[in-house]
Amino acid sequence: MKEISKPIRKVDDQDKIEGKVRYIADIEFEGMLFAKTLRSGRPRARIRSIEIPELPDGYFIVDANDIPGKNRVKMVINDHPFFAEGEVNYIGEPILLVVGPKKETIFEIIEKIKIRYEDLNPILTMEDAERKGKTFIDYEFTKGDPDKAFEMAEKVIEDEFRTGYQEHIYLEPQGVVGICEDGKVTIYGAMQCPYYVKGAVMEGLGWDEDRVRVVQTTTGGAFGGKEEYPSIIAGQVVVAALKTGRPVQLIFDRDEDIMVTTKRHPSVTEYRVGLDGNGRITVLDINIKLDGGAYGGLSGVVLQRALFTATGVYNIPNLRVRGSVLKTNKVPSGAFRGFGAPQAIFGIEMLMHHLAEKLGRVPLDFKMDYALKTKDTTSTGGIIRGEVKLPEIIKEVEKMSDYRRKHKESRKFRGIGLSLFLHGCGFTGKGEESIKGKVTLRKKGKDVEILTSSVEMGQGATTTLRKIVSKSLSIPITQVLYDNPDTERVPDSGPTVASRTVMIVGGLLDSAAKELRERWDEGDEIEVSKIYKHPGYIKWDDKLLKGDAYPEYSWGANVVEVEIDPITYEIEVLGIWAVYDIGVAIDERIIQGQIEGGITQGLGYATIEVMDSVDGELVQRTLTDYKIPTSMDFPKIESKLVRNPYKYGPYGAKCAGELPFVGAAPALASAVENALSVPINRIPVTPEYLLEVLSG
Amino acid sequence: MRIEFTLNSESVSIDTEPQRRLLDILREDFRLISVKEGCGEGECGACIILLDGKAVNSCLIPAGRIKGSEVITLEGYRETERFRILMESFEDAGAVQCGFCTPGIIMTVESLLRENSNPTEEEIKKALSGNLCRCTGYSMIVDGVVRAVKKVKNDGKSI
Ligand code: FES
Ligand code: FES
Repeated sequence: MKEISKPIRKVDDQDKIEGKVRYIADIEFEGMLFAKTLRSGRPRARIRSIEIPELPDGYFIVDANDIPGKNRVKMVINDHPFFAEGEVNYIGEPILLVVGPKKETIFEIIEKIKIRYEDLNPILTMEDAERKGKTFIDYEFTKGDPDKAFEMAEKVIEDEFRTGYQEHIYLEPQGVVGICEDGKVTIYGAMQCPYYVKGAVMEGLGWDEDRVRVVQTTTGGAFGGKEEYPSIIAGQVVVAALKTGRPVQLIFDRDEDIMVTTKRHPSVTEYRVGLDGNGRITVLDINIKLDGGAYGGLSGVVLQRALFTATGVYNIPNLRVRGSVLKTNKVPSGAFRGFGAPQAIFGIEMLMHHLAEKLGRVPLDFKMDYALKTKDTTSTGGIIRGEVKLPEIIKEVEKMSDYRRKHKESRKFRGIGLSLFLHGCGFTGKGEESIKGKVTLRKKGKDVEILTSSVEMGQGATTTLRKIVSKSLSIPITQVLYDNPDTERVPDSGPTVASRTVMIVGGLLDSAAKELRERWDEGDEIEVSKIYKHPGYIKWDDKLLKGDAYPEYSWGANVVEVEIDPITYEIEVLGIWAVYDIGVAIDERIIQGQIEGGITQGLGYATIEVMDSVDGELVQRTLTDYKIPTSMDFPKIESKLVRNPYKYGPYGAKCAGELPFVGAAPALASAVENALSVPINRIPVTPEYLLEVLSG
Repeated sequence: MRIEFTLNSESVSIDTEPQRRLLDILREDFRLISVKEGCGEGECGACIILLDGKAVNSCLIPAGRIKGSEVITLEGYRETERFRILMESFEDAGAVQCGFCTPGIIMTVESLLRENSNPTEEEIKKALSGNLCRCTGYSMIVDGVVRAVKKVKNDGKSI
């Protein structure tokens, strides 16, 4: 079974290296028109009037009046309009499209359009939203008896942590093309979730499912940024295509993409910790607040993951966990690799680090006193069923990094930090059960085609899924076919999110392949489909937030060593070590890519990726201002996997895509803390912030 | 304005505004889709091509500047032996994920190798510092280049 992990050359590498792959901007359609969005310049206002100049022949305005169905984008909270309707709620909110054959002329028209606003009082900070009680959603759950435990506590300590925005900067900006033909629409574009786009367009048009087709084009990175956002622009180009009778292309330029697309939620998390006479934690009160921006979208689900991850890898007997998504007049926040978990893990890891320092303990030893073990109960009363291999993970990472010695010998301006973390695999709560993902395998002669709506976005899904099917059918991988999903051909296997593609969709493909193998001789053309069924052991109560929030968990530990310039406070990362339990890797090299890419993004999040909003407007609006890591920023990452097969995953695989992201920031921040002996309560840890902390 | 230049070893001539971006000329007039637009402001390197042998961001080059010059895009370069070696090394190193940064990276590496056939890891990292990649974390790309350099050395070919 081990040999499946052995790396193979990825099936889509050659076309990409030769530059032959067509991303959405590389595809031309006959008679295609271009579109550009006119956006709100105000954080909150009523639109008094829109003055449109006389349009040259062949140019069109497309706005809310052109939407035949519901002018709301289907997400989870369906509140974002395709086009503003008399009122705008954030700077950058789409108001209308100008559509036509020539980009320069479109720009000229946009320049000439005059909007008169009547400004309304905006909410521009989380604090203001909290004061005014503006939230999209609030949750709370408890474990044990937190009130009593606080009463009994010898000592109560409070702490607070903040995290900032993060922008995805997938290298390929957002883009879609809408086409209307014979009473049907087709959307091509960069996306993670073809069926989300389909559902949103159906509602926007008020059309049946057989009149809406969605085709994913090779996607140049996504990281969650192409989970819900493409639904908005797909709806827009489709009505534009309907109005003009021509294919309409909408591709963002980078500045626009940075300014208006969803970002990682900024967060503020407050902790109250109760300790007994021996300095042991008996109770935790955690309150996570996320800045949702102007519309709800997926934020409620992001909050759920943050809350269910709030205690990290620790087992604390008494808990109160609560949180809210605050409503502000800013760009909407949304899905981003980790989906709420990075904020939660940063907070709990830093809290544990602070407590260890206060109590004079080695952070690693202190953390291990509380580490979850097999059969322990989770914060929601679920059960940790799989074997917890944290001790083994820690042993490895200690050995690789020489953590203990370096921690003991740490001196001013040089420090080492460590994070322990986990990630719940697949959808939160009832998610998988309600989506009921479906896959199909189609045998044609000696070839077998995979039909799934899971997309390739760089994470290696085409290779990984083919590898699973080829192995389970014992046929060469060249006989296993996979094409970019087209909703007319593939069933709804659910979206490509939540690190679910290998464990859930791959698992379905594995069982379909096994059935097909049995039936191989029945004929030349055979189709086998499988629909997801939750393993029987999983119990979840959506109302009480009780039970197994996730079917299984992946685990990890990161160590980061830093040196800080005593004059500039620039942080130099000297070493990064990482060990994970992701069950079994379907391809070790693809996993290495996920690890290194995820950690690098996580270290960017922790250090240089600064994004502020002032008066509802983002300060960093270009790649010149918003810096992401380059080849020069971090040293080589040393990583290792600890094998721990999961019974219900294909070949033992669990989840891997998001996990490497979540541990990086707290490892770095605790290393900085170790180097400077001052508490770090915020990321990104910039030199300016360090100066502030050091000067008290 | 009429502009004549060499594009992937062929002499070409176009009539265009002198301020037009080379990136648009290559993509729109010549349909050379390997040249990507990731930012349009000289920050990401997705649009890198070789201009007289040097890696440049084609989004920053106005048409007027290419008069009489030699432009090579991946479409031209991929016909070479060195490209084939690089491609295999990139595959074996896992240097490619979403692939959007890859053409620009390949062109940057070619310009590096033209100047320095035996670069160190540090030199490779430095050469790649203008190519953003959001997927890989860079080490596997650097490894791809290291492998290619080694392979050429072992084959006894000069690169
Ligand atoms: S598109 Fe030219 S550098 Fe980004
Ligand atoms: S592989 Fe996606 S940006 Fe480099």
